[in-house]
Amino acid sequence: MRRAEIITAALMALFSIYLMVKSAELPIGWIEDEGPGGGAFSFWLAAVMLLCCVWIAFNWFRRKSPQSVSSEPYMDSTARKKFLLVGGGVTAMIALVHFVGMYGAILVFLIYYIRFLGRHAWSTTMLISVSAPIVTFFFFDVAMRIVLPKGYLEPLFLPLYDIFL
Amino acid sequence: MEILQHLMDGFLIAFEPLNLGLVILGVVVGLFIGAMPGLGSVNGVAILLPMTFLVPPTSAMIFLAAIYYGAMYGGAISSVMLGIPGASTAVATTFDGRPLALRGEADKALVAAALASFFGGTISILLFTGFAPPLASIALDFGDPEIFALMLLAFATFVGLGSDDIPKTIFSICIGLVFSAVGLDIMSGEPRLIFFDIIGFMSGINFLVLAIGIYGIGEMLWTIEKTDGDSMMSKAVVTVDRVLNNLKELGRTWKIAVSSSFLGFFVGILPAAGATPGSLMAYGVAKMTSKTPEDFGKGEVAGVVAPEAANNAASTGSMLPMLTLGIPGSPTTAILLGGMVIWGLVPGPLLFVEQTEFVWGLIASLYAANLFAVLINIVFIPAFLWMLKMPFTILAPLIFVLSLVGGYAPTQKMHDVWLMLLFGAGGYLLRKLDYPLAPAVLAIVLGPIAEPALRQSLLIANGDPMVFINRPIAGPITIIALILILLPLAKAIRNRFRKAG
Repeated sequence: MRRAEIITAALMALFSIYLMVKSAELPIGWIEDEGPGGGAFSFWLAAVMLLCCVWIAFNWFRRKSPQSVSSEPYMDSTARKKFLLVGGGVTAMIALVHFVGMYGAILVFLIYYIRFLGRHAWSTTMLISVSAPIVTFFFFDVAMRIVLPKGYLEPLFLPLYDIFL
Repeated sequence: MEILQHLMDGFLIAFEPLNLGLVILGVVVGLFIGAMPGLGSVNGVAILLPMTFLVPPTSAMIFLAAIYYGAMYGGAISSVMLGIPGASTAVATTFDGRPLALRGEADKALVAAALASFFGGTISILLFTGFAPPLASIALDFGDPEIFALMLLAFATFVGLGSDDIPKTIFSICIGLVFSAVGLDIMSGEPRLIFFDIIGFMSGINFLVLAIGIYGIGEMLWTIEKTDGDSMMSKAVVTVDRVLNNLKELGRTWKIAVSSSFLGFFVGILPAAGATPGSLMAYGVAKMTSKTPEDFGKGEVAGVVAPEAANNAASTGSMLPMLTLGIPGSPTTAILLGGMVIWGLVPGPLLFVEQTEFVWGLIASLYAANLFAVLINIVFIPAFLWMLKMPFTILAPLIFVLSLVGGYAPTQKMHDVWLMLLFGAGGYLLRKLDYPLAPAVLAIVLGPIAEPALRQSLLIANGDPMVFINRPIAGPITIIALILILLPLAKAIRNRFRKAG
């Protein structure tokens, strides 16, 4: 935990500097008759963020914050495994939207999670995995007229559009 | 009398079939969300907000407010039955609710929690109805300096009253404000903070992307890491006889219910405080003023009544500044405020003048939501106990799916979905190091109001920051905010002197 604390503070400090540089692309000083420039607000806030990172690092150095004295691992192997399996699954689901659309991605993700991570029976898995996209379709595409992306599965939906839209 | 007239009109709106149906649906959804460990009102409201585009704004708001309300009731169910708070707001309810359940008196704890919630809700809505109109009419005179001073006060409460690490809290506020500045500069029209020149950032970062990322994905990852295995569920015997007996015993706790409701309401108004500290404080006060403080923690009914009355009162309290001043009193109301902007409403005191139907329909719906919540809660206790058995490995993927479609629906851009994932993962990693994330969500909602207010104020004052101190209303607010910001520093110095002395 101690090492994670200082690494995070350092990364956040770098991010703050990036934000300051990025804000400075617009005027950050006082403009006559216009008030503060467009970049001023975010520039000074990013500067405060940088100061906070220095403050966190200072607390770390003096061993004042709970994280800076904790010898617990930031992520033990179980936590890392869970994070990779679940976070990776969600990332894959979002990536899949670009190919098989929202509904295909939801179906695949639910099967992956409920069956392989949750170890539920196939009947439970399929019941939920198939009904979730159907309910979503009727809610978004049909009722709200928000057309969710279909990817390469678009042709499959054409008959449904004819009926419901 | 005018208030009563408005309230009657509000009831006519709240009791329209669609709205009444949404109140009941919202309460049920809220009860469920509140009861599920790891999910609180803020998660529910963030994830379900995009689903409300289907109905008119007033109905959408009524639905979301009912969820907020229901969640406050629901939190107690898992606190009592599982010993795990269903939401952070119900932490204090476990102290005495769990021992009661272990003693075989779970029904007593559940009925006490439901009735105390109803009591807290009712008192706070009455207070709300009384306080809101005059506060809004004062706020009508506010100019840019006053609005900015109020924003400053909202953020200062996190620094002065929040229990989190101070540099991390300030960091969280600033990062939220910077994210709110992404996109076109409203005053000059120039693009700014277009990270890596990705065109998607031109339209800014939608607050829902951050909110769903943090509360839908980040918190889920966190909960999944923390939960291992299933927990022990207590048995509850619910019969009419037992409920009536419990009611008699509850009679003696009415004083605690009243004081906790008042405490919760006023603590709830403060942005950094809200329902969780409100309920903990109410528990503390109840224990302190009790004749038998040694019974607390061992299954004392008053120990359930106090936090439950307070957390419901606090949720109503947090709506007071949101509706009258446009400053949310809690992360959940911050998301509601953001929703109002999406629906084309301008949050702030003008709502009471220009959108009377919206405001009074909402207030009246709170009375309705409170009544339905207590009825549904008591009648359907067995159903909620059954739902609590739903494995997290089914609930969690469904929440990820809701987050995915919820993140896409408002803007219909995959850019936002990826950004939401990034915020979720980042939020999870920061949360593990105790970076508070609620201030960032509040900040991204308030940023688009705070920045123009600051710039306009400075412009009319020719760059003199004294404009925030010299004006009769802005002055005291700014000074209180500054005191709150300096409070932790003063405490540190005092502690050092004590040690030296």
